[in-house]
Amino acid sequence: MSSTSKRMRALVATGAIGTTMALVLAGCGARAGDDTAAAGSSAAASCVDTSGDTIKLGFLNSLTGGMAISEKTVSNVLHMAADEINAGGGILDKKIEYVQEDGATDWPTFAEKTEKLLTQDCVAAIFGGWTSSSRKAVKPVVEKLNGLFFYPVQYEGLESSPNIYYTGATTNQQIIPAMDFLAAEGVKTLFLAGSDYVFPRTANAIIKLYAAKLGIKIVGEEYVPLDKDDWTSQVAKIVAAKPDFIFNTINGSSNVGFIKAYYDAGLTPAKTPIISVSIAEEEAPAMGHEVTGNYASWNYFQSLETPTNPKFIESWKAYPNSSGVTSDPMEAAYISLYLYKALVEAAGSFDVNAVNAAAKAKPITFDAPEGKVTLDGENHHISKPGHIGRINADNQFDIVWASDKFIEPDPYLEGYDWFPADIRKQLTDAAG
Amino acid sequence: MDALIAPLLNGSAQGALLLLAALGLSLTFGQMGVINMAHGEFLMIGAFAAYLVQQVITASDLSIPVALPVAFVVAGLFGLLLEVTIIRWMYRRPLDTLLVTVGVGLILQQAALQIFPSQGVPVEKPGWLDGQMNILGYNWPLRQLFTILLAGVCVAALSAWLKYTSFGRRIRATVHNRDLAETSGISTRTIDRLTFFVGSGLAGVAGVAASLIGGTNSQMGAQYIIPAFLVVAAGGIGQLKGTIVAAWAVGLALAFFAYWTTGSLAQVLAFILVIVFLQVRPQGLFTVRTRSLA
Repeated sequence: MSSTSKRMRALVATGAIGTTMALVLAGCGARAGDDTAAAGSSAAASCVDTSGDTIKLGFLNSLTGGMAISEKTVSNVLHMAADEINAGGGILDKKIEYVQEDGATDWPTFAEKTEKLLTQDCVAAIFGGWTSSSRKAVKPVVEKLNGLFFYPVQYEGLESSPNIYYTGATTNQQIIPAMDFLAAEGVKTLFLAGSDYVFPRTANAIIKLYAAKLGIKIVGEEYVPLDKDDWTSQVAKIVAAKPDFIFNTINGSSNVGFIKAYYDAGLTPAKTPIISVSIAEEEAPAMGHEVTGNYASWNYFQSLETPTNPKFIESWKAYPNSSGVTSDPMEAAYISLYLYKALVEAAGSFDVNAVNAAAKAKPITFDAPEGKVTLDGENHHISKPGHIGRINADNQFDIVWASDKFIEPDPYLEGYDWFPADIRKQLTDAAG
Repeated sequence: MDALIAPLLNGSAQGALLLLAALGLSLTFGQMGVINMAHGEFLMIGAFAAYLVQQVITASDLSIPVALPVAFVVAGLFGLLLEVTIIRWMYRRPLDTLLVTVGVGLILQQAALQIFPSQGVPVEKPGWLDGQMNILGYNWPLRQLFTILLAGVCVAALSAWLKYTSFGRRIRATVHNRDLAETSGISTRTIDRLTFFVGSGLAGVAGVAASLIGGTNSQMGAQYIIPAFLVVAAGGIGQLKGTIVAAWAVGLALAFFAYWTTGSLAQVLAFILVIVFLQVRPQGLFTVRTRSLA
């Protein structure tokens, strides 16, 4: 009973502090003196403190549980980006003070921690998440509390939110370039292998529509639960179907089982190559030599030659707890923090509405390791180059194909005539 | 013919891996009544032991045969440590054991995540397991044959040990009637420890087999623990032959359902079968007849 009342008092106190902070914030916005600050008035619920010489940001990654195998690295690279930005003077002359939270591979925890970061820690923005489930848990909370969430992983698209910025690829920046590559290779038959959850199911629905347009025949489609490694039975079906290429949307450790079963069945990249959308420099070493020679579709590869990539790789290699290799999701996380910095500086304010207005006002760009990316102020995704890499013996990727220009984000695939409106609606509804 | 041969062979191999994972449980759960939810993490320890052996012996042709006994001993020692420090205080309190070992499992997972690269490590398959064997037109991966042979060797060794050694006789005596065994001068404490060592060690061996089939990472044990418990329960507690038959049956069900339907549906259907079976026959396939009242 007493603990309940204590908690009540704490809540009241937080509320009081929140109100004070909102007043301070409103004052700050007024001082910044640009016209977008007027929009800040609706953020009365926000308690972000911009009076000191630091600004609080939240990092929300699974450091425990199944997804920690991927998300730990994202958390580390966010820390690195924050250190870099602080060394360069911070954001609007304020040093980043980050609050790291553990999403624990549990979607309700992601929602809870988001609320905690926004209402108790009073962070100006949150960075993190990996699975679509984690993003979908965060989305209603940031929308209700008018917070900001930066999501760094390629995903199934069909989503946009005024409170989320997506720095990973949407389908027309990863799946469609992969299909264009297959068409250029003269592929006639394709087998779809995926983990059983929303990303592979949606991706494969899109692949099937585009394949029909490209004249590629789908000769099989197999799913295995995300937490199961044994792919032997499904690979036996692939052997029987004899496809020209395998499109792999498997995620996580299950990929290792798939590659082992593929190799054991006597399939080779020479005759039945795989194109993956979840195997990057981080994942390839765990598969040993059995994955060598297969392909992956990403926007960023460590082997890319761009002006800013060498510095990114070097900083990461020198960073404590570094895995030593850079990969697409890491790079997208790195972009997210710098993109936020650019947005806030364009807005002249940390206020959410001011930031969103700045995104719309003029194109925000960042010289990312993958090249100069531009933010789309309407759908909150960024332009990206499409790349196909082939895995070499050092578990690095040799670039074998690149899109002729940066691909504008189109999360709802509205610019593609082969994607019918009824299927768009159906898939969007199904993704919830 | 291919439509029958492929799932039959693949299912037998899947069953063999399940059997390897369940064999240790059939000792610790079946014989001792300890619900050890960290059994999956002992399997993980075995897989990481194989990886570490490969760091020392780089030729994978040799390293896997060496890794098998090493994994057995390492995982066994972890099991012994768990028994001596925690489980010994919890005999006859199955619910507490269950909760505590879930916690131990999580600690071991997180430890592996801190120590090894988070995405997991590669365990190289020996060269002599490369390739396939043509059986009635189906190119059967040799690795699968290896899993079945390994399971066969482990079952033979375990049953011989239980049947013909004095330790084995004492274990069986303790299982049948702990009080009477104690009165006859058997040190049931020593028996408990030894049983736990062997049961956990077998998980380590299963881990080596699993490392050749899937990923070696902090999460790998989790996918085996529930199926392994179901297999032991369906086989009949305390019955080795029950575990063998149940593991094989589940493996075949998984493979045939995967062949007819999809991989996801196969998991659901196979385990619905197990649950329905346990509804009809809660004591499992085979039962131990004892004179105890429990």
